[in-house]
Amino acid sequence: MPALLPIDALLIAACAWLVLGIAGLVAPRNLRFISKTLFPLGALVGMMVGLVALGFLGESPEVAVLAIGLPDLPFHLRLDNLAAVFALLLGFASVGISIFAAGYFRKGEGTAPGLMCLQYHIFLASMLMVLLADDAYAFMVAWECMALSSFFLVTTDHRHAEIRRAGYLYLLIAHIGAIAILLSFGVMSSGSGDYSFAGMRAQSLSPFWGSAAFLLALLGFGAKAGLLPVHVWLPEAHPAAPSPVSAMMSGVMLKTAIYGLLRVSFDLLAEPLWWWGVVAMSIGLATAVFGVLYSTVQSDMKRLLAYSSIENIGLLAVGIGLTLIFHAYRMESLAALAMTAVLYHCLAHAGFKSLLFLCTGSVLHATRERSLGKLGGLIHRMPWVAWLALAGVIASAGLPPLSGFVSEWLLLQSFLFSPGLPHPWLNMVVPVAAAVVALVAALAGFAMVKFYGIIFLGQMREENLKDAHDAGPWERVGLVWLAGLTLALGVLPSTVIGFIDAATRQLLGTGLADKVREHGWWMLAPISPERASYEPLIFLATIAAAVLLGRQLVRRLYHGRLRRSAAWDCGYVFQSARAQDTAEGFSQPIRRIFEPMFRMERHFPTIRDEKPYYSVKVEDHFWHWLYLPVARLAERGSRLITRLQGGRIAIYLLYSFLTLIVLLLVARP
Amino acid sequence: MNVFGFLGQMFAIALALLLAPLLTGWVNQCRAWLQNRSAPPLLQPYYMLHKLFLKDVVLAHGASPLFRFAPFVVFGCMVLACAIIPTLSTDLPLAPAADTIALVGVFGLARIFIALAAMDVGTSFGTLGGRREMLIGFLAEPALLMVIFTTAMISQSTSVATIVETLAHRDFIIYPSLAFAGIAFTFVSFAENARVPVDNPATHLELTMIHEAMILEYSGRHLALIEWAASLKLYAYSCLGLALFFPWGIAEGDSFLGLLLAIPVLAIKLAIGGALLAGIETINAKVRIFRAPEFLGTAFLFAVLGLLVRLLLEGRV
Repeated sequence: MPALLPIDALLIAACAWLVLGIAGLVAPRNLRFISKTLFPLGALVGMMVGLVALGFLGESPEVAVLAIGLPDLPFHLRLDNLAAVFALLLGFASVGISIFAAGYFRKGEGTAPGLMCLQYHIFLASMLMVLLADDAYAFMVAWECMALSSFFLVTTDHRHAEIRRAGYLYLLIAHIGAIAILLSFGVMSSGSGDYSFAGMRAQSLSPFWGSAAFLLALLGFGAKAGLLPVHVWLPEAHPAAPSPVSAMMSGVMLKTAIYGLLRVSFDLLAEPLWWWGVVAMSIGLATAVFGVLYSTVQSDMKRLLAYSSIENIGLLAVGIGLTLIFHAYRMESLAALAMTAVLYHCLAHAGFKSLLFLCTGSVLHATRERSLGKLGGLIHRMPWVAWLALAGVIASAGLPPLSGFVSEWLLLQSFLFSPGLPHPWLNMVVPVAAAVVALVAALAGFAMVKFYGIIFLGQMREENLKDAHDAGPWERVGLVWLAGLTLALGVLPSTVIGFIDAATRQLLGTGLADKVREHGWWMLAPISPERASYEPLIFLATIAAAVLLGRQLVRRLYHGRLRRSAAWDCGYVFQSARAQDTAEGFSQPIRRIFEPMFRMERHFPTIRDEKPYYSVKVEDHFWHWLYLPVARLAERGSRLITRLQGGRIAIYLLYSFLTLIVLLLVARP
Repeated sequence: MNVFGFLGQMFAIALALLLAPLLTGWVNQCRAWLQNRSAPPLLQPYYMLHKLFLKDVVLAHGASPLFRFAPFVVFGCMVLACAIIPTLSTDLPLAPAADTIALVGVFGLARIFIALAAMDVGTSFGTLGGRREMLIGFLAEPALLMVIFTTAMISQSTSVATIVETLAHRDFIIYPSLAFAGIAFTFVSFAENARVPVDNPATHLELTMIHEAMILEYSGRHLALIEWAASLKLYAYSCLGLALFFPWGIAEGDSFLGLLLAIPVLAIKLAIGGALLAGIETINAKVRIFRAPEFLGTAFLFAVLGLLVRLLLEGRV
């Protein structure tokens, strides 16, 4: 009997997810069975996917053909190192999210639990199939399954009109993206009729058609990832979905778009041009700045995180752009550095953003409140969630010693090499782009302090928060798993790079692992220790030693006495929770400094107001500059077409007759 | 790692812990002289620390464990920062743990913790201080990173030790880009250390303060640690500035004589630097909080100019 190949194991996992989903339909209302049996089993399958992918990394590609679908058009599947890195991400992230989901779903919330279980597991299986697909047909089928299942998951709570609207917007933009991807595949097959990826690799496109394929792919995958200007669905859909689904979408689904972009630009298109990198980098920088600025001014905790996801996707696009530039100039070892930063950030973001979204889920369940202005002080009632969220916040702010910092460090290191580019002005402009990346990272810290400080710290802004309860045991396990991933990615960078390096080597022909391995597992020195090094474990140990030693010495030499009293607050007696900063107040400096970036509607109270109130509404410029004009144009166009529609059958017959005449005149045998 | 290197590292940390309050005391003394006041004793900061450690901690009712934990983290971050910045010698076993980019990260970590602690009790001044600190932070951090990029491009390295070795021990070359970077760094260090044009370390006027507003609720040993960490931060920034722009006198490798010689050199440099700091603080007035972006925007502009000068004019020197 032949040994079980990793690709077969992954296919079995996809089938297992489907079976679990269908099992949910057997007893669609039996919440206990579904949440306590099916979701944990789904997590187990996720663990298997992650481990299989981890074990596969570094092996040579495996192919399989599935004879399903249309006759003579089987699914071609292929597992290579790039797919394995993303399967690893999918598997390990889904472990935490599925376990959390086991404790999350309650009775009477929107869709029946059984149906939800089906949609959720189809979503997982289709994401895995997207990674395994090796022809345009299989890819598009899996891609559409992913879009549709996530659409139904977003609209779980479909009784609210705004959630239905968010779902519609998501579906619309997902399909604009899908059309662009389909066209891109069409260009890449260049009329040969061979839609398998192997066929596309064999084509050598002219620069014009190659660029067309790249730009279409950038639009298509950008629409899924949330790049400017097709990002508008993201801040609507993420808050609308239940938290485990938001976590899955933000942590994993956005990465499948990054996977697609990497697959097209580095694998299917043989010869990248340098200006593709400039385009990707410019869009990425714009997206990152836009995302982080808008995330600082949000008042809804899930919208804040959704905009922060846009920022991270922007940073990934910057990294991809930099890799493309280096790759186009055949500076492969530098391209490998930037590519490692991209892949690392994919993993890091999957960990910390899922963690933060799940934390908002726990807060939402405990308080029924999403608005930051009505939260506060939850660290006293929800210590588990609060302390684990702190890990996510530090990682998301890109601070050492957690995961977000490693990828940021790698990205900045690769920027430092860009003056070596053999191009007259590129080598001067690109290092300055690093300044924007630095600004984005610093602003992310602002957004995260706002997120954490207003939800978990301070006094409780509402009375009912006193009854908030901490996350249940299932939820805790899921959160601990994701926080553990964030910590592991933060302190063991060399080990992780040793694994993901296989994908870099596959795409660029060279990797970082050999250089990284020279210096021991605790040290990250991608070029040489003299050039740059980072040792997160020693970093962490030094701070921990200083903390512990400081504490012990102070207690030994002096004392550890402590007494409680009312807060000082400069002697002001009338302290109330209302005196704290609101979410809007906290971000006021940002709104003031970056005023032209926002479209604001503000109402200030005057002294004559009977009932003074203050309100501020921040809107996206893109709605007014791009989307509403396009929508109006589409409406006007359809109104013109409506004129054809007279409602009388005689007129329709006349149209058919006229068409026939025209066709007879035009068409020659 | 050899024994000498380890001892040198320990000595550098101990020296930082001991010297930092002295530097603060010296700056305060200079400032008092320049402002025609009678100066406090040079050792005043030590008396303060001793007094604060003796006092009980008075903790607000609403304070969470994070509030009690944060001073230690901030202190630990500053100790690490002082450990990796070469003060006497570039032979530091801890130096590979963090390069200059990670150093910016250390300061960022400390900032996040103190801003979160400021929001913890939930008083109006605390949140106000936290918000303003994060505002100054996101304006100063990119400028600092650009300064570091400029020096890193000159020495082809982001490791602090390598940068110092390149600048101090190779043939003397004048880098115009370093002048721009130096100006930007001075601006940033004023903002980061809560000094006059941006913040006033001596203020207790509620509406103008930033750093003091954040630590209003702290008392006893917690306050002592924060004050100590603040002087460590000033010391770290001074030493970083000296290491990047005036690196001469820092010993390379493990020669005992070089180390002995480096101590008086460092003391003289810090004394001059502290006096200059006091002088600049005296002739300036604190600006409104919304002028701070202009101040730090200028710093950022200078830093980017330095980078461009490096790329445009100096080529590959």
